[in-house]
Amino acid sequence: MTEPAGTRFVRGLAEVGAADRAWAGGKAAALGELARAGIPVPRGCVVTVAAFGLVMEAVDPSGAIRGAIGGLPPDDLPALARAAADLRARITAAPLPPGVAAEITAAYTELGVAAVAVRSSATMEDSAEASFAGLQDTYLAVRGDDDVLGRVRSCWASLFNDESVAYRRRQGIGEGGLAMGVVVQRMVSPRAAGVMFTRSPVTGDRSVVAIEGTWGLGSALVAGEVTPDSFTVSKVTGEITGRRISAKLRAHSFMPNGDGITAQPMPTALRRSPCLTDDEARALSLVGQRVEEHYGVPQDIEWALLGDTPGCPALHSDTADRIVLLQSRPETVWAARDRSPVATPKPRAGDHVLARFRRPL
Amino acid sequence: MAGNGSAPRFPLPSEITDAPGAEGWRSMYPYFTRFQPEDDQRFWFYNSMHFPEPMPAFDTITAEVPYSAIGANTARVFVFPTTLGIEHRIVNGRVYITAIPVTDPEEIGRRAEIFNERAGYYFENWDTLYQGWKTRIKGLIDEISSVTVPELPEIDDARVVTESLGVAQNHYVRENFHRCIDLFSKMWHHHTEFLMLGYGAYVVFFQFCKQAFPEISDQAVARMVAGIDVIMYRPDDELRNLARVAVKAGVDDLFTEGCSPPEVLAALADRGEGGRQWLAAFEQAREPWFNVSTGDGFYHHHRSWSDDLTVPFTALPRYVAQVRDGLLADRPTEALRTERDRIAAEYRDLLGTEEEQAAFDQMLGLCRVVFPYVEDHKFYCEHWFTTQFFNKIREFGALLARFGVLDEAEDVFQLHHTEVDQALSDVMLAWAAGGPPLGAAHFRPIVAERKRILAALRDWSPPPALGPVPEALNDPAVHMLWGVTQQTIEAWLRPDEGEIRGCGASSGIVEGPARVLTDVNQIGEIRDGEILVCPVTAPSWAPVFGKIKAAVSDIGGSMSHAAIVAREYGMPAVVGTGDATKRIRTGQRVRVDGDRGIVQVIG
Repeated sequence: MTEPAGTRFVRGLAEVGAADRAWAGGKAAALGELARAGIPVPRGCVVTVAAFGLVMEAVDPSGAIRGAIGGLPPDDLPALARAAADLRARITAAPLPPGVAAEITAAYTELGVAAVAVRSSATMEDSAEASFAGLQDTYLAVRGDDDVLGRVRSCWASLFNDESVAYRRRQGIGEGGLAMGVVVQRMVSPRAAGVMFTRSPVTGDRSVVAIEGTWGLGSALVAGEVTPDSFTVSKVTGEITGRRISAKLRAHSFMPNGDGITAQPMPTALRRSPCLTDDEARALSLVGQRVEEHYGVPQDIEWALLGDTPGCPALHSDTADRIVLLQSRPETVWAARDRSPVATPKPRAGDHVLARFRRPL
Repeated sequence: MAGNGSAPRFPLPSEITDAPGAEGWRSMYPYFTRFQPEDDQRFWFYNSMHFPEPMPAFDTITAEVPYSAIGANTARVFVFPTTLGIEHRIVNGRVYITAIPVTDPEEIGRRAEIFNERAGYYFENWDTLYQGWKTRIKGLIDEISSVTVPELPEIDDARVVTESLGVAQNHYVRENFHRCIDLFSKMWHHHTEFLMLGYGAYVVFFQFCKQAFPEISDQAVARMVAGIDVIMYRPDDELRNLARVAVKAGVDDLFTEGCSPPEVLAALADRGEGGRQWLAAFEQAREPWFNVSTGDGFYHHHRSWSDDLTVPFTALPRYVAQVRDGLLADRPTEALRTERDRIAAEYRDLLGTEEEQAAFDQMLGLCRVVFPYVEDHKFYCEHWFTTQFFNKIREFGALLARFGVLDEAEDVFQLHHTEVDQALSDVMLAWAAGGPPLGAAHFRPIVAERKRILAALRDWSPPPALGPVPEALNDPAVHMLWGVTQQTIEAWLRPDEGEIRGCGASSGIVEGPARVLTDVNQIGEIRDGEILVCPVTAPSWAPVFGKIKAAVSDIGGSMSHAAIVAREYGMPAVVGTGDATKRIRTGQRVRVDGDRGIVQVIG
């Protein structure tokens, strides 16, 4: 789909859908699609790839720099790193094109909160090559016009992170057709957050939703700094069929008047307390199921449960109102596996029993 | 538990010492129930599900006869390929059992051919055969109910002469006693007729679900199969109806918490039309629906509701109060059916292929065909027939008491059925000869000693299992009915002091005060909001489930009675804990986690 006319460089997330990856990037397209499907996501906007395009026109007008990177041998990591660092420095130093800065700050102001998350939204990200995802940067709890603009630039530059460039060389992906959108979203302050899979990551069982969570921001879990609690919820009966509570030694959070993310030790009493009640786990599972139903395939989801302080009891009673999703993408590991059927029909129903009793149970 | 550092094992049968004060227990049981030296080589587990108490001598018939019937069914009649029958032994009054597996592949193959033909015939014709079964089993109930116990009057009935019957009454003492034993045996053969095939169908569906949905809970599988119009719910339904009648007839004030059944019945008789109305409804409900045993039908003191009105009169006050408040609802059968079908349909939809869906339909379909038998046979067999049977034996006990061989009728249950046979012969001879029977001097001291031994045996804590840990458990009943799996055995080997673990049989988490019941006759002690902790629950306890917050049992799997009823009532249940009744005391606060199968004492 082509970019709509009107304001050029910034769009509300609600205006984006799954088909808009080319001008909004993958993450924005996925978040917009969720919002359209009625799934709560934090309010935000996307700096479209048009802004990125203008910057690159200024930084590398003929495409020669990117062409040169594309010509480097995949195994010459020092050379790749040098070239990538040079390009990143140019992008972050380049003056913002006229109109772009004004539109971004206006949209930021319109979000009505001081702290925002600034997240890369590459046009290739979240595509079939799942391993490609996660190579670009996300910045949490960014505040003030200058910092927001700076982080937008950092996201653009992160398209040329050392790992991303090296990855593309190994995969033989050219540097020419790449583009990057940037999501600027209200920062949420979750009581607990984490990930969920709408099938078991362990067994591939499609009848359950597997949830992992920890106190505070999900970044502590994604960064591997805590062992999360895990819950397995039956999609059919809502039973919690698995529950493992871990010692969650610290929590990530951001201070309304502070700077960035801090990791704080959790009070001893809360470390071994479940970060979700059973009802909350069930409510999350239902949201996950809605997303799976919307896309028709099992999903890999990042979620947050709103509430002010990690470990504090819920402020609002209605769990469903406090769930927001931060990302959803198709599950890829089990989707790629073939499975032989568990059983096939037999001439008579009783034959299943007869066959089974021929060997020990 | 025991061991010398090498392979883990349970105490060996030969290592079990006599319970203090109960050294004479062997005299109560026949020789073929004793552990033999070679039994040390095999794995045995305590069948606390059927035999949660020490066995009175007569009651061993409820082990002897069922195992004779069930083994014949699996080993000789249907010729199950991988399993023969179940052996039982008694030590310190407790029944231990083990299944004998078939392991030779050639023998399995040979047996399988016969099994396919015979079991196939039953599966193909299940409904028709089951209808015939119901007719036969009702016939047996009629027969046992109509057995007469001769009165042995001073002068025999004139008809012996006028109708030239030619046979005096004392002959019928033995014949009719044997008739009772023979009918009991026949009933048990019919009891097992469909049983293992029925459980087999369930095992196959269960294992399919576990393979297709590795994280599905046992209870979710059970809920897809569970019947809705199950006969065992009927007595409870009848009670609800009696509560309505009580309010309508204006006699509801008589049903108060802790009320005494005889006093209420006497008061009703004095309450004119309302009282008459209620008593008429009561008599109508009573036959046959109060022929439900307070226990599981394996002990003589598990009386029927009809014989001992404690359970119905414990449940009635609560139902009556609910009727008054407009809160008494019928079992929501339509909602239960819709929910069951929704769960099945959703799992079916989640299957990957149409082939799997077709196999699922076959297996679930078969389960639903066999389940009316699996769920309903107990009412006919363990409840209706068995309570009638024990009442007949009681009548023979009364005859023995009348002739002075016993102090009282109830003492007959302290004698093995072959000893009752002897005592009756004694009475037959004495009546014929005109002298006194010699049994008074012989049997009365035996009975007194056995009562003392039984009391001493109650204090003994039976190990959950004996012998080496088995490599595999092949028997479907052992798994499905007793809930004994490799995991159970692991748990038995390594008891965790802090937590009590079992099978999470109905989901949810609650806390509350525990009520530990080790004897079914304590059922009237349960109060609203308590958590029931018991060796095993009986179907007739269902009405009492309305009062409790959660159920915990020592024995049982996902298809055991406590599990089924708890799911129906939507309350958490943990079954098959092994020893919850020993580790929890009445009044302690406990937390029951029906999802994970964990019970914690929290204060």
